[in-house]
Parts: sequence; C-alpha cells; structure tokens
Amino acid sequence: MDTKKYVIRQISIFSENRPGRLAAIAHALGEEKINILAFSIAEANGFGVVRALVDHPEKAHDKLLSLGFNIAFTDVIAVHMKDQPGGLYEVAKILGDAGINIEYSYAYSGKEGAVLILRVDQVDDAIKKIKNSGATLLERSVFH
Amino acid sequence: MNCWDPRIEEMPKEDLQRMQYKLLKSLVYRLYSFSAFYHDRMKEQKVHPDDICKLSDVHKLPFMFKRDLRDNYPDKIFTASKDELVRYHVSSGTTGKPTVVGYTQNDLNNWTTSLARGLTSVGLGRGDVIQVSYGYGLFTGGLGMHYGAERIGATVLPASVGNTERQIELMQDLGATAIACTPSYLLHIGEVAEKMGVNIKKDTRLRTGILGAEPWTDGMRNRIQDWLGIRAYDIYGTSELSGPMFTECAEQKGFHIWSDIALVEVIDPKTGESLEAGEKGELTITILQKEALPMIRYRIGDITTMEEDICACGRTHPRIQRIQGRVDDMLIIRGINVFPSQVEYALMAIPDVGEHFQIVVERKGALDDMLVRVELNKESFSDKINDIMKIRQKVEHRLRNSLNVNADVELVEPGSLPRFEGKSKKVIDKRSM
Repeated sequence: MDTKKYVIRQISIFSENRPGRLAAIAHALGEEKINILAFSIAEANGFGVVRALVDHPEKAHDKLLSLGFNIAFTDVIAVHMKDQPGGLYEVAKILGDAGINIEYSYAYSGKEGAVLILRVDQVDDAIKKIKNSGATLLERSVFH
Repeated sequence: MNCWDPRIEEMPKEDLQRMQYKLLKSLVYRLYSFSAFYHDRMKEQKVHPDDICKLSDVHKLPFMFKRDLRDNYPDKIFTASKDELVRYHVSSGTTGKPTVVGYTQNDLNNWTTSLARGLTSVGLGRGDVIQVSYGYGLFTGGLGMHYGAERIGATVLPASVGNTERQIELMQDLGATAIACTPSYLLHIGEVAEKMGVNIKKDTRLRTGILGAEPWTDGMRNRIQDWLGIRAYDIYGTSELSGPMFTECAEQKGFHIWSDIALVEVIDPKTGESLEAGEKGELTITILQKEALPMIRYRIGDITTMEEDICACGRTHPRIQRIQGRVDDMLIIRGINVFPSQVEYALMAIPDVGEHFQIVVERKGALDDMLVRVELNKESFSDKINDIMKIRQKVEHRLRNSLNVNADVELVEPGSLPRFEGKSKKVIDKRSM
C-alpha cells in the first residue's frame, strides 16, 4: 500500500508563552496568503508549541524561519470521523487495538464532517490499520 | 564597652600605624625573598622591599585580583608548606573553576581573633547561645563563625542551613540568644516561624543577629529589627581574606577593620589611586598576618567608603561602610557568589541553547530567586513538548552543578533576547537594594 499520500506535513512552531506571539505567527502567515486549515496550541510551563496544517507548508516554513522562529515539520495523518456520538471512539479503538500510541491529536468539525488530526508513533502502521478497518483517511492533497 | 582585647582595640592611631608599618615591611621582605609569585610581581612593578619606608608606601605595591587565585589553582601561590596547612576552604570561581584558600594554625587563630573581637563588640559572650545558620563545609561562613563564637565562651548551636522548622524549634528549646546567617535566610526563618505560630519576639530569647554573606540595606535592617525584636549587625569578609571577619560594633556604624590584621585602602577603580577617607571607591585589602595565602592589595571588587575617625564606641581602628555595589557584575544569590560568566560557561557546554542569555533576579518572599532566560536553538527544536522539557532540565541541572545554587530556566525564541554592542547588560536585578 502506498502510505505516502496520506502523510501530511504539519508545521510546529516554538513560542514563548506571552501575549502577542500567536498574533505574530498568524500575521506572518496572513501576509504570505497562507491559509490555516487546522491548528492547536500545546502549552507547557513557560512556552508553547503551535501546530498547524496549512495550504503551503514550505512557504510558511521559510517565512517563519526568516522571522527567526523555531519551526519544524512533523508528519501527521488525518482521519474522517462520523460527526456523531461514538465517532471518536471508532478511530481511537482501531489504533488502541493495534498498539499504536497517539502522541497528540486535535480535531475540527467542518463542512465535510469531522476530521481528527493524529500524531502517532508508527505512522505507516497506523495508516494501514485505519485503511484496513474501513475508516477514511484524508489524502495529503486535500491540504496541500 | 565590651572589649575582647582593649590593648589593641583602643590603641592610639599612631601606634596602630607604626605596628602596621612593621608588619607590612616584614611581610614584603618575606614574600620577596621566599615566594616566586610575589617576587615576580614586585619586580614587574619595579618595587623592592627597601622602597617600603613608611606605611603609605603600600601604594607602590602591585595589586592582586581574584584571577590570581584562579590562575594558580589550586595552591601554586601558597607560601606555607603542605604540612603546615591545617584547613582548606573552597569557593566557586568565575568559570566553573573554584578558588582554594589554605590556612595555617596561625591563620585560623587570627581569623578567630578577629571574629572574637567583633562578636564581643556587639555584646555577645559567655552565657550566649549562638545559632550558626551559615552553611558548614567548604564555605567559610559556618566554620568561621563557629570558632569565633567558641572563642568568646558562647555556646554554639551549629545548625547550618536548611530544615528551617527544626531550626526554630531548637532556637526555642535551647534558648538561642543570637543567630548568624544571611539576612535573607533570617527573613525566611521569620516567615516560617509565623506559619508555625511562633512569635520570635515573644517566644524566643533571640536578641542579636550577625548577618552577612550578601548585600543588604539599612531598610532591611530596620525591618528585621522591628519585626523580630533583635539588633541586627552586618558582617564582612570573603574566603580570600579568610572568611567572615569584620563586624559592626554596637554603634552599627560600619565594619571595624582591625589594623593589626588588615590594612585597608579605598582606591579609584579606574586609576588605582588612593582616595581620601569618606570618598567612595573600590575596597583594597592587605592582610598583614597571613601565612598560607598572603593577600597584598587585594581588590575584592566591592565599592564602599572608609572612615578614619575614632568610633563612638572608643575603638580606634578604621571602619568601612556597608558595601554599596560591585565594580564587576558579580551577583550574590542566597549567599552564593554568582558571576554571569559562570552562567555563560555552563551554557556553552549545551549545544541545544544559544550563547545569549539574561539573568533575572527577584526576591520571592524572603529568598532570592534566579531565572536564566536562554534561546532554544533551531536545530534542537522538536515538535515534542517532552523533548523541550528535557532540554530545560538539562540546562537547570548544569547550572545548579556549576553555580551551586538553583536557577529556573526559561527557554525563549531565538533572536528574542536583547543584543548588545560593547558591554552587555545581562543581569536584571529586581531585588530592592
């Protein structure tokens, strides 16, 4: 199975935990006409990591890097969920049964239904298990 | 007046200066003849012992600096043989390399005598119970005070630092009448006592504090005296001089520097010229009687003024005022000397962080709190929070090991710390001085 087309490039940005940092990131992306499709902030004591799926990850990377941000690419996958009670359970169970650990995750509920973004420890295995179980993975081309 | 040694302490100034001259002359002869280090230094300065013909000729002698001890680590400039040494103390250095001070029995005796005079001058003596809450060990504070207190016949409670609740219990149970510690630790003791429901003013016999090893102010003194119902006296010293050595007397008007032990000068830090009494400058001390590690015109880096008039207590020896600042950027955090260069040195060993940093010092409650802000390198950034936390722990661990004091670390974005041209201002000290 070609798992590559399901691997999505997320950008992760290191941010100090103080007012105005998210605005600075968002402003830079807006200036470059980069659209943010999904995003989350993970907070730790004194700093945070902003994670986002954008339509032009390379452009976003170069722009933020030129502004001095610490930025990295991370491979994630996106799974369609049923936008109804039990929807998350179905996806989480597949991975749990397969012994695949979710490092972190965030979700959005858009026009085409609910989508779960996952960072897992074994990307290829996760893709295969999810495909085999009949759930729908979003292809990279949906995002960028 | 309570006096340990009236013959010396009340000696007329002219006699004191005559004694100082004799001691200086013999010290210089001894060092020129028997120590390669001091011999070379005097040669470089083109001064011979024969050029020292009166006390004020001391200004012809070369200066010594902390780096002289560091460069000669551990004991290259000691002038006593190993079998004459009876003790070592070690203090932290500016680049992670410590400085070592050795003592002969006479050195310990002089140190102890100096403290015995000081402790007596604030009214302590037989029947007093002195709680020594300076750290015991490589640091000079604990053992120095311990021997000084024993010498005057007081009872020593060698409590050292920490375990504050137990210290307060012992203070009550054993009837401590005096405590020797850093002013910030005494404030901490006061706060903990309040939490325990102990009123130091009413529930203890504590009446005297001998406080030092970090800079403090008259404002803090007033607060401590009013709050805890004690008289608080400042004490001055550094390990290079022996340790804590010179205290204020009951007048609280500056440290008495015993002329038979030390010759003090206050100089212009830029030109090295001697200043008049009352003029603010850099303290420079020559220890006149030191066998293992003589210090000649040692520039400690502290800024103060000297008073030559006879103190209201009757003592004729000069006094120096409270330390008003530093010529370098040394910080004193919870009684420990910290140089920004030490922080820089520690950070350089960690590839995950940049070379720019900022130190923020605050007083949280009674204790000093030190925060080091440092930039996380681009290559070391990973998406995982845990990895970043590990880098921070690594930096904290490294700083604790090289500074001997806890520092919190904040990782910041690259390029976010201020850059400086020329002399950088890496320290933000928010403690009210």
